[in-house]
Formats: sequence, structure tokens, C-alpha cells
Amino acid sequence: MTTTKRPTLAVWKFASCDGCQLSLLDCTDELLALAGAMRIAHFNELTRNKVDGPYDVSLVEGSISTPADAERIRDVRRSSHRLITIGACATAGGIQALRNFAGDGEYAGAVYAHPEFVSTLSTSTPVSAHVAVDQELQGCPIDRHQLLEVITAELAGRRPVLPTHTVCQQCKGRGTVCLPVAKGTPCLGPVTRAGCGALCPSIGRGCFGCFGPSEGSNTGALAGRLLDDGMAPVDASALFATFYAGDPVFGDRALALAKTGEPAPVDDQDRPA
Amino acid sequence: MSVDDGAVFDSGGLDQLIGVLRSAGYRTIGPIVSDGAIVYGTVTGVNDLPVGWRDHQEPGRYRLEQVSDAHLFDWAVGPSTWKSEFFTAEETVWQASIADGQVTFSEPDDDTGPVAVIGARPCELSALAALDRVLQGGAHPDDRYAVRRSGTFVVAVECGAPAGTCFCSSMGTGPAARAGFDLALTELFDGGHRFQVQVGSAAGAGVLAQVPHRSAGDGDRVARQETLARAEARMGRRLDTDDLPDLLARNLDHPRWEEVAERCLSCGNCTLVCPTCFCSDVKDATDLAGTVERQRRWASCFDVEHSLLHGGPVRPTTASRYRQWLTHKLSTWWDQFGESGCVGCGRCITWCPVGIDLTEEAAAIRTSAGALGSVGSVGRRTS
Ligand code: SF4
Ligand code: SF4
Ligand code: SF4
Ligand code: SF4
Repeated sequence: MTTTKRPTLAVWKFASCDGCQLSLLDCTDELLALAGAMRIAHFNELTRNKVDGPYDVSLVEGSISTPADAERIRDVRRSSHRLITIGACATAGGIQALRNFAGDGEYAGAVYAHPEFVSTLSTSTPVSAHVAVDQELQGCPIDRHQLLEVITAELAGRRPVLPTHTVCQQCKGRGTVCLPVAKGTPCLGPVTRAGCGALCPSIGRGCFGCFGPSEGSNTGALAGRLLDDGMAPVDASALFATFYAGDPVFGDRALALAKTGEPAPVDDQDRPA
Repeated sequence: MSVDDGAVFDSGGLDQLIGVLRSAGYRTIGPIVSDGAIVYGTVTGVNDLPVGWRDHQEPGRYRLEQVSDAHLFDWAVGPSTWKSEFFTAEETVWQASIADGQVTFSEPDDDTGPVAVIGARPCELSALAALDRVLQGGAHPDDRYAVRRSGTFVVAVECGAPAGTCFCSSMGTGPAARAGFDLALTELFDGGHRFQVQVGSAAGAGVLAQVPHRSAGDGDRVARQETLARAEARMGRRLDTDDLPDLLARNLDHPRWEEVAERCLSCGNCTLVCPTCFCSDVKDATDLAGTVERQRRWASCFDVEHSLLHGGPVRPTTASRYRQWLTHKLSTWWDQFGESGCVGCGRCITWCPVGIDLTEEAAAIRTSAGALGSVGSVGRRTS
């Protein structure tokens, strides 16, 4: 992509809150340089101007939760040279993937006065369940430094540096005192992917798991510690059933805790890397 | 020079000592209370130290409590290590930029001035010596480490109150300070709050000369010996090191590795709080302005990516990663560096979120190894 012509960038939205694509606008100091390096061809949050595809790089936010979106994502894939999914919705189905655990229409009935006007699929699934994805960026929302890393890596034609290890390692790197050990605060950091810079623990709040599971994580052992510390199984289940409920590493653990009240009946030990 | 244990001063003397070091241009780093733990930070005098604080440590649990006395060092090591002062968690190795077809390289200035370490415990002196051997003792020293480490002034404090997770006496590193300090203090309480001072270097003698003190008497020496004996008796854990490196090397396929893997989170906390773990990862970054930066960050053998080669990770399972950690600390470190990689500080036990205890894991392998004999031995050099 090192031609004299600037490569084109398109940003697409599916079932999501817009928070991840707004992370791009949040790169205030780098935005002009980015506009100089790439031609922003399609980005509804920024401009009504639209340039027709194909596009060199597409950033896709949101999960696939309606029949129309299941079609539209194929169009986006066809018109994109490189397709990068950004955020928990696009990479794992998002918080709306909680519907995957409920009966047809249960959530829609609870939220909308007339659910019969809403046309949705019974599941909320990641983009990768529908089309090939070239790169995934995790987080709810994504971290803007990681977004810049992914974009600059694309421009340089190199692989982005995105850690797959735990939030704990970022805690230790910045010298944050461990909350569960020193205060008994519940924390999902030991099973959660680094990327946020250990933001929540640094302000005294346990990790919510909003970057999804780290590679090789052992949610059963952590659930055991949560229950030992006095948390009820139903609360531990809820802790795993949030932004990454659609990822089986967290979702299966949430289900197991809810159904059996036991920390670790599901054998996820040594999940292949 | 031979150690001289002849001086005594009180906490006013310690305050002056810190002042003398600061006027001499040292950054004085020592223990402070922050976020519910005793960590290392800037100290400007004794009032910054953990006055009256006590710690309670057990596997996966750490709590502080403040009582109404003036004891300054009546606690054991917390989550901070001196390692992070010299072998920083993140650093830039070099930068390069391109202008007019010309590539320019630059290196950051790592010289942040000499550090005076206030209150290094005996196990930490051994840990610093081990780290020195690894990072600057070989044919290819780490220049950035060497710059930060040069001219360090070490004020050690011997241990009177080991924690429930401490086992330095098993590792031969404490509770008495033997080497690696400029001055070593022992905090004494019976017969008046005071510090007995040992001098370990000419620099130490020079600094002590600027601080009012009196000569130590027999009473001070006896009080010090009693303090150290009490500390030995209070040691929370022990590790049987007899034949340990070979014992572990003979048991690489022991079922205990699978068993501990069911409890282990593979989170890496143990490696990052360990004062001797030295692994790091080097990555290149680019930005939109055309600058390239090579960065180094702490890494852990609990990362799947740590052993990633073409075709996949060498250690794909938690069992294989835990085994790497424990055998490196207690067995293969001997092959590499001729000593133990563990100094018995207990940090990895306290700060493991699920309280996995390496002394217990090693003991479990020892207990059942006899029955297994040398089954599964795949040779010694596996790290
Ligand atoms: S506070 Fe949470 S994320 Fe940080 S080290 Fe402790 S367990 Fe890990
Ligand atoms: S292995 Fe554990 S006890 Fe030994 S030096 Fe490292 S942190 Fe301390
Ligand atoms: S391989 Fe593991 S145990 Fe050995 S120094 Fe590196 S992080 Fe520590
Ligand atoms: S032994 Fe404890 S601290 Fe180390 S990786 Fe396993 S769970 Fe984490």
C-alpha cells in the first residue's frame, strides 16, 4: 500500500453502540496525520461524503444480528481489500449476544413495546462467523492506541503488536497493587486479554473482562477463587456474562456457574493455543 | 573490605542518612505505603517510611495494619522489586526516523542518575546479584541496565519480621545481610529503638562518617543476634533444596504438573513479581509521522506467545508453562548461572491470585518422586 495514491479507509457499523468507531475520532492528535496518510472514503460519524468502493481497508464495528446485516456484511467484504473488525460486538457478538442464551424473542419482548415490528436473528454473532476477517481488535470499547497500532501496521505492511496475555501483566508493569490479593476485590484480570493498560485496577476497580479472554486462560480456576471469596455462583456467572458472553471461554463459564453453582465443571484446561 | 558492625544510630540518624544521600545527588527510593501495600517509591526522610505498619501475608492474600508504635521495618517484602528500577517494565531501545531519504538512529538517554536503595532486604541483595549476573555479567551486557545500575548505593535492612510466605533461610539468602550492601541496618527495639549499622564498602563508610552515631556495644550485638534468631524461627515456609535441581529434572513428566495446571491461571503474576525473572520481549512500532521505535517490555513464560515459533508455541499447555517457571527457578537456573533462580522472597506465593505455592509444588514432587523413580526423565537442559 505504499503507492503515491493514498489508500482508502472505510468504517462500517452493524449492531453496536458506535463507541468503537468514535475511538477513531478520539485520536485527536493523530487525526490530521491519518487523513494525510489515508483517504477517508466512508465514515458516517465523520462525513456525509461517500466514495464508492472498493476500499483498501475497512474497519467493521458491530455484530450480525439481523437478516439484512447478514447480507450487508457480504457486500462490505466484497468491496474491501482488508477487513478489520473492531470491538467486542464485531469480534464476539457483544453484550447483545446474551440473547443467544435466551429463548426466541425473550429479550426483544422485555425491551420493545411491539417486538413484532423488529426483525432480528435469534443470535448475535461475530463478523468472523459470516465472512473472512483479516485482523481482529478486541475491547469494549477498543483502545485508541491499539487502533492506531493496527492502522499504522496496515500502512507499514507489518503485523500489529497486540498482546494476548493477561491484564495482570499490565497491572504489574505499571506497579498497581493487586486488588484481589490486597483487598479481596473480585477481578477478571487474570483471564482477560491485555490492551486497556489495566485501567480499572489502576483506579481501584476490578477488571470487568471487557477485552475478552486472554490466550490460554483458566476461567474455572478464577471462578473457584471468586466463590471462595464468598461470591454467589449466580453473581460469578453474571461477571462472565457481559461484553464477551458470546465468546465460549467466558460464555460457557457463565452458563456452567448458573446451572450447577460449581466453578469448574467445564474442562477448558489447556485449550489449544 | 571487611564488614564493620560497630555503629549505632536512632531513627533521627536514619533520617540524616537519607538527607546525606539526597544532598550527594542520589535518588532515594524506599518503602512507602500505597494502595494497601508496602511498595517502593521516593523517600525524603523517615516520615515517608511505613511508620508503625505491619503486614500479614499468606498464599494469595496480603493485608496491612497500622499499630501505634514507631517501628519502621517490622514487615516483609511487598509486591515491588528493585528489579523494576533497573530493568524497567517498558523501555525504548532505539528510535529511527526518515527524512529526505536519510535514516537517522537515536538512543534514549537512560541515565536517570544514581539510585540509593533504602531498605533492601537480604533476599533482595541476592536477587540483585543474580540479576546483575544475568543482565550485565555475560559477554553481551545490557547497556541500559548497566547505566541505571551503576553507582547504586545500597542501604540494606536485615529481617526481623519475615512473612508467612518467606523462606529465605532455606535458600541461604537471609534473614542476615552478608554481601551486596554499602550499609546494612538491623532495627532493634529492646533497650530503645535504634539501628545497628554494618559497613560493607568504602562508600558506606564515607556516608556513615557524615551521620552522627555511637559505637556498638555488646548489648547491641546480642540484640541483633536475637532479632535474627527470632526471624529464623518465624520463617513462614521452607523448601528442601537437597538434590532439588536434579530431582526436578528427573520428574519432567510427573503428574503434579497437570494437577497444578488445573489451579493455575497462567496469568504471569508470579514471574513479574519475582525479583530475578528477566524475560523480555522486543517489538518494533511505527507511527504516522514515519518514526520507527524498537521497544522492550517485560515478558513471562506464562504467555503463550513467549514460546511461539513457526508452527506454534513450544509450551502450548498451562502444565508445560508452569513446569518451565518452576524448573527454571529451582533447577535449570543452576545449569545456566551456577546458582538458584529463587531467593526465597515469597512474592510469587503471596501475589498469585489463586495462592499457588512453589514450595508446596516442589515438596509434592519430592514426596511422590520416589515411587516414580526417574520415569519420564527427558534430560536436564530443557529451558
Ligand atoms: S488487580 Fe486484577 S488485573 Fe491487576 S494483577 Fe490483580 S488480578 Fe490481575
Ligand atoms: S521464585 Fe518466588 S520466592 Fe523465589 S525469588 Fe522468585 S518470587 Fe521470590
Ligand atoms: S523463563 Fe519464566 S521463570 Fe525463567 S526468567 Fe523467564 S519469566 Fe522467569
Ligand atoms: S502460579 Fe499463580 S501467579 Fe503464576 S501464573 Fe499461575 S495463577 Fe498466575
